Amino acid sequence: MTFVSKPRVRHPNLPSNELGLTRRDYEGSVSTLCAGCGHDSVSAAIVQACSELSLPPHRFAKVSGIGCSSKTPSYFLNRSHGFNSVHGRMPSVATGANLANRDLMCIGVSGDGDSASIGLGQFAHVVRRRTNMLYLVDNNGTYGLTKGQFSATNDKGSTSKKGLPNLYEPIDLVSMALQLGASFVARSFSGDKSQLVPLIKAGLKHKGMAFIDVISPCVAFNNHSGSTKSFEFVRENARSAVNADLILGQPEITADYAEGTQENIVMPDGSTLQLYKIDANYDPYDRIGAMTYVQKMQEQGRVATGLLYVDPDAMECHDIMETTARPLNELTEEALCPGSEVLAGINQSYR
Amino acid sequence: MVVVLETRMEPTNIFDPNYFHKVVDCQHACPAHTPVPEYIRLIAQERYTEAYMLNWDSNVFPGVLGRTCDRPCEPACRRVRTEETPVAICRLKRAAADNKGDVTSYLPHVPTEKNGKRIALVGAGPASLAVARDLLPFGYEVHLFEQDEKGGGFMRSQIPAFRLPEEVLDEEVDRILNMGVHCHFGQAIDSMRELMEQNFDAYFIGTGAPRGRDLELTGREAVDDYIHIGIDWLSSVAFGHITEIKGKVIVMGGGNTAMDCCRTSLRLGAESVKVVVRSAFEVMKASEWEKEDAMREGIPIINNRPPKEFVHENGKLKGVLFECVTPVRGEDGRLRYEPSGEPDEFIECDHVLMAIGQDNHCPWIERDLGIEFDKWDCPTLDEVTLQSTNPNVFFGGDSAFGPENIIWASAHAHRAAISIHLYCQGRDLKADRPPEGLNLLSTKMGVHEWAYDSEHDPAARQLVPLVEHESSLNNLKVEVELGFDAQLAAQEAQRCLNCDVQTVFTDNLCIECDACVDICPMDCISFVENQPEAELRQSLMAPALNVDQDLYVSGSLQTGRVMVKDEDVCLHCGLCAERCPTNAWDMQRSVVHIPQLGSFGE
Repeated sequence: MTFVSKPRVRHPNLPSNELGLTRRDYEGSVSTLCAGCGHDSVSAAIVQACSELSLPPHRFAKVSGIGCSSKTPSYFLNRSHGFNSVHGRMPSVATGANLANRDLMCIGVSGDGDSASIGLGQFAHVVRRRTNMLYLVDNNGTYGLTKGQFSATNDKGSTSKKGLPNLYEPIDLVSMALQLGASFVARSFSGDKSQLVPLIKAGLKHKGMAFIDVISPCVAFNNHSGSTKSFEFVRENARSAVNADLILGQPEITADYAEGTQENIVMPDGSTLQLYKIDANYDPYDRIGAMTYVQKMQEQGRVATGLLYVDPDAMECHDIMETTARPLNELTEEALCPGSEVLAGINQSYR
Repeated sequence: MVVVLETRMEPTNIFDPNYFHKVVDCQHACPAHTPVPEYIRLIAQERYTEAYMLNWDSNVFPGVLGRTCDRPCEPACRRVRTEETPVAICRLKRAAADNKGDVTSYLPHVPTEKNGKRIALVGAGPASLAVARDLLPFGYEVHLFEQDEKGGGFMRSQIPAFRLPEEVLDEEVDRILNMGVHCHFGQAIDSMRELMEQNFDAYFIGTGAPRGRDLELTGREAVDDYIHIGIDWLSSVAFGHITEIKGKVIVMGGGNTAMDCCRTSLRLGAESVKVVVRSAFEVMKASEWEKEDAMREGIPIINNRPPKEFVHENGKLKGVLFECVTPVRGEDGRLRYEPSGEPDEFIECDHVLMAIGQDNHCPWIERDLGIEFDKWDCPTLDEVTLQSTNPNVFFGGDSAFGPENIIWASAHAHRAAISIHLYCQGRDLKADRPPEGLNLLSTKMGVHEWAYDSEHDPAARQLVPLVEHESSLNNLKVEVELGFDAQLAAQEAQRCLNCDVQTVFTDNLCIECDACVDICPMDCISFVENQPEAELRQSLMAPALNVDQDLYVSGSLQTGRVMVKDEDVCLHCGLCAERCPTNAWDMQRSVVHIPQLGSFGE
């Protein structure tokens, strides 16, 4: 927690984006989390991604539940819409917000407690529904706000700060998201912005449920030698399957990668998602393969990271429900009450 | 592979005193290396006496300099790079001098028992006075020779009273004289040989650059009575020999002397005053604020007018004819002047004050005493020791390397005093000089508490109150600037960024969590692959384009990357240290030790 406010003055050479805004214009208030918290790096990565994509801050809805992670929407995009909901209920609020106004970009930030314990049911169903949002979990494997108990994502055998081992199997949110129909599933690490920022950019541009599990070490309670969610452990054991990058417009031709390891996907807005396969045999369009890969890596004590699965053509919630193409607040009385003749026609269709 | 390793940047050696000294831009730019942020903090704490003495220790004339310094510190101020206007360092110095209490108890002890060495100082200007101050506490018998009746040199003779009140000057000159200087005032030294016959152990020449330049133009001879050399004229005004100037006045020249001449003329009753300058406005030598002061008093500055001819009639000056030129910037970036095609301009006047520069001039030093001079009449000196080619003769101030400012005289004096001391002790003037040093002290007082006010104050520079226009123009002795009162000084002091509180990084404590990168308001900190400097400067969070400012590079970290901090626009707000979970960052106050005679600890 810092009591000094962050000075408004900025670096004179800080680049501006297409909207004339700098990275500083995408920040929020100063974080009240512990010094060195991984969650602050995730917030900074969101700031960087949104600024580099020149997204207008006021066109965002940011939603969260309860926990250290769920405080973070205060720390980025302070000119956007926000809703800090009840514990574990972020997905419902996000779904509502997205159904009401499909033009707003929706970022949900949750934690391992919020999504894998009290909100596990909400998590499962928002993924099933394929709500068009970026769902980030700041995953530190611990209940930081209540002084460091194991959370549901803590690996079996991983120890507490005092040295006691965790006795239970972990819930792997990535595997669940794959199984339940998310069309964009990734895992990353708060200590690796070079991987995380492009994934956030790609997730923001993805149409449908984009889920990123971000391992984000808790420096206060879960960054010790027995932890599998520490800076040191993740740095040593993370293995990226596919790195992603999002390019606005047409991509440059790069010759750095061996043939067959680079692929481009054209996104709905015309931007390009570039995939670089680190593991040449990995197929990021194969949902079952991805699930197997994640589990195998887990068995070897490794952490599978990168863009693990993507289906660029999947339907999202609005497509499935055949909702109106316009945000609800833009529907006029004429559109909402089209008159007795139309009603009669509808009634007729059910006869 | 080996080639790559060789071109990477080496970890920064922060124990080299010069590294962190350079980060304190103001102190580094000050010739006397006055510890500016430290005295500004003392002012903020209303400890004016201590702030004054900290200044006195390094620059000797805080009250004088607080009004007249050329302020090399201010353009160097980091605030220029972060928010355009520098901290009003000079005016804060004056605030310390104006508000200070009794300094007697802080003054160095001068032993009554002398060490048997006699030193002659020639010229009672700032350089000689500062040498006297440095030598007296070490038991030297100091003799000061001056042609005028009072000490102070050009601080008295050339700086007008409306910029520097006499009582301020007297106080600081007398403080030194009262330390036990043997004053020989009112007697010009006209032979160095005769002085040397008195067998002093060492001689210090601080006679300034006393010869004002003249201009040989058509008509110059005929109108001698109406043409005055600026510095001589100012001196006559200062000593009361000249009390008025009638009619229209042209001041030729674009330096600070020209500004003093024009403003003095206005106060002595001139009907109109114009400054006419050969060169363009932006390349004039006068300090920005001195030009502004003159213009505020309604004095026009006419640029790009080289003089051609003095026009006279019946032995009386009628005016000056000027050529009209246009400045053109050449490929080398320098201005050249081409005829503008306009007809020559005649400017009517009754008097001309010539302020076009001054030169060294030591006709009283016989050229067979082993003291060599170069073709500009400057002595041949060792730049470090200020020793001339005659081993027991030293020079300092303007007489050493040509016209500079008071602050340079103080800086020379400290160096010369060390040299004189070493010479008198029979020690080596270079090998035995005390080295520069640096102390680092942590300012951490608690989890989020620092021993300095770390919060950044975005306030704009405070304006200095001025005396009411009419009263100042009617009286030569009314000081124009009123200076900051305690409240304004306190507000201005808050603008200082505390650049001497350094961001010190400890490699092996860092866990690379990025907290410092994320919080840094100026994007100074990056964790990147090590590369050659040119590439590294481009690969940071914000490109480090100011190559005058160093990169602080750590050793290799756990991931093989390095921490690189661009020192250029760091606010020293301490947020990196506040957000660091492992104390890899600490805010440590750096105290630079600039050698002075006191550094010997004798």
